[in-house]
Amino acid sequence: MNDKKWIIAGIVVFVAIFAFPLWYNMGKAAPAPELKLTEKAKAAKQCVMPTEYMRAEHMQLLDVWRHNVVRNTKREFVNTEGKTFNMSLSNTCLDCHANKADFCDKCHNYASVSPYCWDCHLDRSKENG
Amino acid sequence: MERTRRNILKLFGITALGVGAKPVLNAFAQEQGHPAEPEVRRGEKALTAKQWAMVIDTRQFHSAHDLEPIIEACHLAHNVPAFENKDHEIKWIWETEYQHAFPNKTTRFLNESVEHRPFLVLCNHCENPPCCRVCPTKATFKRESDGIVLMDFHRCIGCRFCMVGCPYGSRSFNFRDPRPGIAEQNDQFPTRMKGVVEKCNFCAERLAVGELPYCVKASKGAIKFGDLYDPESEVRQLLKENYTIRRKQALGTEPAVYYIV
Repeated sequence: MNDKKWIIAGIVVFVAIFAFPLWYNMGKAAPAPELKLTEKAKAAKQCVMPTEYMRAEHMQLLDVWRHNVVRNTKREFVNTEGKTFNMSLSNTCLDCHANKADFCDKCHNYASVSPYCWDCHLDRSKENG
Repeated sequence: MERTRRNILKLFGITALGVGAKPVLNAFAQEQGHPAEPEVRRGEKALTAKQWAMVIDTRQFHSAHDLEPIIEACHLAHNVPAFENKDHEIKWIWETEYQHAFPNKTTRFLNESVEHRPFLVLCNHCENPPCCRVCPTKATFKRESDGIVLMDFHRCIGCRFCMVGCPYGSRSFNFRDPRPGIAEQNDQFPTRMKGVVEKCNFCAERLAVGELPYCVKASKGAIKFGDLYDPESEVRQLLKENYTIRRKQALGTEPAVYYIV
């Protein structure tokens, strides 16, 4: 065990380099994005489902919508309050959330997810200004 | 308690009663305080049929000029791109000649009016669609509720088996991003993306809100649309009164688009 000091020094250097991303970024976590709501969305107060649900489960909701519209000929959604909505991403969701860049993209970029909705569905926010 | 036969039988009886009552109590428990569930449903105005069908009265079309507004109405509404390169062509409804639409019903010395007449062709929404049989992902399917052969673009992997399966050439493949080829975007309807197959959808989105397909509306009465299995429907009346033909009927795909020649 004559090389003890070299081995320990080596391990310390290795751990330091290995953990570089951790200590380099310490305390610099990007803050969660603040969502901007359009006037129309603010006025509506609630989305098709409660905000908490939408925040966590909107992708599952959209999946149910997609399945029912495409395969089951069902295009109307009646929420728990009895309000009826046309199940359409471009025509219903983006009608209120007409600020895709500030609403959808901000969070998706933060969470590093890139849904491919917009390859086909039109972002109507461009023409709404 | 004494362990007599009588007491043991009593105990069994009470136990059986308890076990039997449990599901009943559960059912009662669920009835109360049950939160309202969101629901999905068909619109009230939606048109329904067992099998949608189309009858095209080709006698009312004399030149390509007559078909233009019909094709335009469809392609504009569905964001169908127009590319100059024929290899990239996308079409939902288009014009062809008799001998190409009905290759096994043609003859030598065909009468002139039929020979020069333009024929509208589109997806036949077959009752026995070969495209749906070959699709490995069930991206294209025959909708049970109204017989429309539909595409789920989300699921299409672009293998193009359906294009080989379809004997009518009704399907087009997006070899490139279609958006640059769309002159005027209809923002009510999605576009497609590079790498998916597309075709006519019998205007499923219009039937859902109680309207007839764009081509029917633009045809000034030359195209009729209705339920093939409703003997009172307009298409059935036309089929009763006129001699009609279908494309490549011998293949057994049972097309739902009928032509009066």
